[in-house]
Amino acid sequence: MSPETMTLFSPALAARFDALVQKYPVKRSALIPMLLYAQDEIGYLSDAVIAEVAERIGITTLDVRDVASYYSMLRFKPVGKFNVQVCTNISCMLRGGYELYERFQEELGIGPKDVTADGVFSLEEVECIGVCCWAPAIQVNYDFHDELKPEHVPGIVAGYRGQAKAGAAPDA
Amino acid sequence: MPRLVSHPDEVKIVTSRFGKGAAKIDRYLELGGYEAAKKCLAQGPDWIITEMKASNLRGRGGAGFPTGLKWSFVPKQNPKPKYVLVNGDESEPGTCKDHLIFLHDPHAVIEGTIIAGLAIGAKVGFIYLRGEYRYLLEIVEKAVADAYAKGFLGKNIFGSDTEFQIITQTGAGAYEVGEESALMESLEGKRGIPRIKPPFPAVVGLYGGPTVINNAETIATVPHVIEMGAAAYAAAGSERNGGTRLFCLSGHVERPGVYELPMGYNLKKMIYEVGGGIRGGRTLKAVVPGGSSTPVLLPAEIENLGMDFDQVGKAGSMLGSGGVIVIDDQTCIVEFALRTISFYQHESCGWCIPCREGTDWLKKSLTRFHAGFGVAKDIDNIQYLAENMMGRTFCPLGDAAAMPTLGFVKKFRKEFEDHLNGKPCPFAKHVEMAVI
Repeated sequence: MSPETMTLFSPALAARFDALVQKYPVKRSALIPMLLYAQDEIGYLSDAVIAEVAERIGITTLDVRDVASYYSMLRFKPVGKFNVQVCTNISCMLRGGYELYERFQEELGIGPKDVTADGVFSLEEVECIGVCCWAPAIQVNYDFHDELKPEHVPGIVAGYRGQAKAGAAPDA
Repeated sequence: MPRLVSHPDEVKIVTSRFGKGAAKIDRYLELGGYEAAKKCLAQGPDWIITEMKASNLRGRGGAGFPTGLKWSFVPKQNPKPKYVLVNGDESEPGTCKDHLIFLHDPHAVIEGTIIAGLAIGAKVGFIYLRGEYRYLLEIVEKAVADAYAKGFLGKNIFGSDTEFQIITQTGAGAYEVGEESALMESLEGKRGIPRIKPPFPAVVGLYGGPTVINNAETIATVPHVIEMGAAAYAAAGSERNGGTRLFCLSGHVERPGVYELPMGYNLKKMIYEVGGGIRGGRTLKAVVPGGSSTPVLLPAEIENLGMDFDQVGKAGSMLGSGGVIVIDDQTCIVEFALRTISFYQHESCGWCIPCREGTDWLKKSLTRFHAGFGVAKDIDNIQYLAENMMGRTFCPLGDAAAMPTLGFVKKFRKEFEDHLNGKPCPFAKHVEMAVI
């Protein structure tokens, strides 16, 4: 936390939070978007993030944890810079979602919910992401990739690896 | 980027602006946008509700409740502010139509929200998108900002004395939040746990005020109903089922995609003509007609089945959210049932015991069964469990898990029996480890 701004977050995000709490008829409605945006910037909901969000909304940290633990996109542990989420729900399963998931495990050399040693990638199986007609599909952070085949996997991984090397910020 | 598809049988009403750059406000205006909202502003709430009732438009989220009737339940005079809430939490497996609406025609959602607001006398509308749809949220936020800049939203919409504001909101990954009362909880910054009804949202909803909650597709349809006239819209569909519907055809078809077809369109024709038939020349084993929570149908059951709320209901399933999932003869139904129930087990919010415990036990039983460790009485147990979940939970998630399970067990009992006594699954590629 910088002493000048008294916030964990970048000035842009802090300004966004100031706007968010004004936006709704009731301040607490800002909680879920705030947690998501905070996570995008910090990587996960650390104790410090939870404390600051609680402070900004005027509720307890326990309240924040209670809500955050309900939503599957919110996490309390860091993930890779690029979090690969493979949908294996029915429409994707019928068109090879599991084969895709296995191919990602091979390519990245990690299992479910793991992070690569260099911290660049993490991998998880997710529920339906709303791309059923273009199955099988994945989301890397917020980017969709659809109509995939296992042979597309190395190219996708190489693309993100290149971005990581170039020092590009994750597009979270 | 999701690919757009087309078929000559389509009747393009809601999709008429798809692929035409209508996310840009000037383009939307060129294509006749915001005229319906202006007309509604001039005509007033009673006229709007009469039109909506006459259109036979029914809720596209899954329940198929008549939209005009829903709007008419909101009390005219109320001490608390009223709200419109657009449900874009699209999460029912097999459903991806709202995805395309937000991508190609976000102003239709905004315009429909304004009209709903005018109809019930609300000054604020919320558009709630699921958290995974971040890029779509950005598109909608831009569209909302553009509508404010043009004076279509704000204190004096279209230069009138009427106020209407739109606030966008994002979820963070929860199927349950697609249920209307859980959606309101989530919007209030809480866990998405359903509320008991009554009181219904039309009386006590968001922040305790009367609230109309409509699916994003329903709302995007509203301006078209006003523009073409209720009678013309109703005539495009079947009896008591006005207009068209965005069907999300997925699974083992040659040409999956989102197709806009008239209500009552024949399901067999949808699979074989619109969708190009079963992939790789295989044969049809089953079809899930309206998203993963709707009971499976057999090939014999779809011969003369018109896809509207009433006909699919009569056939023992539901039109649901429009997600038509096609399953070929190489698929293991036990595995399919297991994957379906795994989803509901993951998404159960844990509030009601029959759902929390029921989905968990169903998943455990099906996992064991699929791994070849099932015993004959497990089949009856699965059915018994599912039957005892039905109608015993606050929200429909319990039913959503139980209904398809009952369908699979009743219609494919033989296939369940084939998995007995350690026999390996003839189809499966992914057998999860079972805890015995």
